[in-house]
Amino acid sequence: MAKIRTRMGDGFFVEMSESEVRSDLDAGTADAADRGKIAPLSKEELQYLYDLFASPYRFVSVEPGNEIVLSYDGGDLKIRRAAVNVDRVQSMQIHEKILGADTIELGHVDYSFKPVKPIVGTEQTTLEQTLMATHVPLFYGAMPNLGLYSQPDGPHPNPSELLPLGKIAAARQSYEMSVEEAAKDIVFVASAMYESGADGINMDTTGAAGDPDFLAGLKAAEILKKKYPDICMELGMAGEFILGLHGEIEYHGDRLAGMYPHDQVKLAEKAGFTIFGPVVNIKMSRSIPWNLSRAITFIKACCEVANIPVHPNMGMGVGGVPMNAHPPIDVVSRASKAMVEICRLDGL
Amino acid sequence: MAISHAIASGMGGMRAAGDLVARMQMTRGMKIDEAKAYVADKLSISVSDLTDPVLMTDIRQDLEIGSINPLPGCAKGLEAKIRIAEVLDIDINCIRRLKNKGLL
Repeated sequence: MAKIRTRMGDGFFVEMSESEVRSDLDAGTADAADRGKIAPLSKEELQYLYDLFASPYRFVSVEPGNEIVLSYDGGDLKIRRAAVNVDRVQSMQIHEKILGADTIELGHVDYSFKPVKPIVGTEQTTLEQTLMATHVPLFYGAMPNLGLYSQPDGPHPNPSELLPLGKIAAARQSYEMSVEEAAKDIVFVASAMYESGADGINMDTTGAAGDPDFLAGLKAAEILKKKYPDICMELGMAGEFILGLHGEIEYHGDRLAGMYPHDQVKLAEKAGFTIFGPVVNIKMSRSIPWNLSRAITFIKACCEVANIPVHPNMGMGVGGVPMNAHPPIDVVSRASKAMVEICRLDGL
Repeated sequence: MAISHAIASGMGGMRAAGDLVARMQMTRGMKIDEAKAYVADKLSISVSDLTDPVLMTDIRQDLEIGSINPLPGCAKGLEAKIRIAEVLDIDINCIRRLKNKGLL
């Protein structure tokens, strides 16, 4: 029986038999369907995925007509992270002119709203300079990052220290105070960037500190949408479901803890977001066929109920892309094609 | 990785019409098919032409909406974005800002 060469979730090569690939595809979609209480992929969709992995080509692409647009999180920082000495404005020009980017994004190296607050004027100047030199739409991106609001980095008692002591009410109160302050900081920075001319605000890695982090993003978006009815906001998520670090937080009557992308997108719409960026995590000990089948099941369910454009995260360790600093093109291109064509994505 | 995605499934940015389609998602909340149809209609081309860099290079130069290798005198930066706003009939935030300051 022929062997299929694919990869594990950590990016390393693995050889699988045809039946092993089919079995992992079945198990991946079944896992997502069970966790999310959503429909598994159809026989035809699983066959599509099988054919994709069985294809001998090193690189695959969508069929003409199925292309989508790309948005980036922290795009301007990634060239500098590779130790290439370019300024952020030049980095975005490289994205626009060399990498074929449909949109670009300016972000501070700390990539959180709170630390941008004291240097917002410098960030605005860089944004304005970029707007003069570029043509494609420009986002300003940062994370709510609620972790910065508790001690030792912030003013409130640290819930991670209170919870092991059984001080649950105090931990919850700390989270609730942090939500209000984070929302204020997001509104402050996003307002400054929008008034300087940004085409959009990307609230990225939202929910990294669980349900209070997600709530801070939703609250800030609601305020920004009232303040600037035409503002474009993209909500990028941190993980596939909302961690219940508080556990009882609700938004307009919906409990946030445990929500998967197809529920998260409805709240994103309610808060006024323009684009939703769901995440499905990679399991490094499982194969890419398992991971991709699982990720597509979640994202397809999300796209089916979304009224706003959906741009799933497909960087390192999410969306069927291996958790590796150098994701290989064989599996990235397969993940890209399959996610776009099965889910009918708007972008990624 | 960004390059892999751009080649596997991207619209090509301003090599073609990817930035214009992205603007319709961002300003009007359009889903991808609606956004492509809108841009194609405004440019008087077919949807399949939107990702053709050869055709789009000529169109972008003719309409002065910015191109990868701009010739001397071609619209660049803000000048090109003023034209993009006109061609797509949308508000572009930084251009609106100039108008509000009485500079346009």
